[in-house]
Amino acid sequence: MPGLLGKKLGMTSIYTEDGTIIPVTVLEVGLCKIYDVKTKEKDGYEALKIGFGSKKEKHVNKPEMGFYNKVDAAPASVLKEFRNFNISDHKVGDELTVEVFQIGDLVKVSGKSKGKGFQGVIKRHGFSGVGGRTHGQHNRERAPGSIGSSSYPSRVFKGQRMAGRTGYSKVTVSGLRVVRIMPEKNIIMIKGALPGAINSIVEINK
Amino acid sequence: MNKLAEIVGEQKREDIPNFKAGDRIRVHVRVIEGDKERIQPYEGDVISIKGSGVNRTFTVRKISSGVGVERIFPFSSPKVAKVELVREGKVRRAKLFYLRELSGKAARIKDKNQK
Repeated sequence: MPGLLGKKLGMTSIYTEDGTIIPVTVLEVGLCKIYDVKTKEKDGYEALKIGFGSKKEKHVNKPEMGFYNKVDAAPASVLKEFRNFNISDHKVGDELTVEVFQIGDLVKVSGKSKGKGFQGVIKRHGFSGVGGRTHGQHNRERAPGSIGSSSYPSRVFKGQRMAGRTGYSKVTVSGLRVVRIMPEKNIIMIKGALPGAINSIVEINK
Repeated sequence: MNKLAEIVGEQKREDIPNFKAGDRIRVHVRVIEGDKERIQPYEGDVISIKGSGVNRTFTVRKISSGVGVERIFPFSSPKVAKVELVREGKVRRAKLFYLRELSGKAARIKDKNQK
């Protein structure tokens, strides 16, 4: 699956000719520079290493800078490998544009979801809560309830779902459709919502 | 956000007249019947305008054969062929939801240009 990196610009609506409203997320995609081409002979698999955005040299450590010096390119804020490109068509230093995608393509988008902080079990794991204030309940509507049995096993099982830090994890949404492409502005619009905040960088896989 | 506004701005329509809540307007709606398209006028009072940008909508209320009908139109929808301002009304609020509780003579809106 070829793919690209993009930046979320926000959501809006677009209208089809018959007046149907499509909710879309607007993404700035490309120009993604190719930083490395991994080949079967050299690396055991085929992939393109693609960079998006830029960062200042003072934020790049020496080993990383060594890589950028080798390919003779400015540091990118995000580097990612994408497989299933036809690697013989591409070489290091080329730039990939939105033309990787066509209108109607189904894509899979991954990104870092918005951080929610320390959250209870209802928001974090979808527990249903106690269900009401009556029938002997006092103030425990959002409490998790029992977390295990008593003397046997005398411990709480690993993986027991409890409250804690929520969000800011990698989330992938698949089956999204590319609705509109504006090649001159490097913009694509994808139907539906995508993980992450505005200006966060997402990975779009075809 | 600026970049998004630039893109969204392209879809904005300039051909719709300025109207406010309380005004009577006639909306020419494109109706598709089978493979034919015709234009159906819908006349009523604007009781609410909400949203911004492409998501801006207006609500038009009319009494059709004794039954109150409300339709919500997006400003940018291609289904809205044309909007005519029939009459300007004089009202003291931006949302006229109180009209839903009223009927007959009480549900009238004063003409802005009268007297």
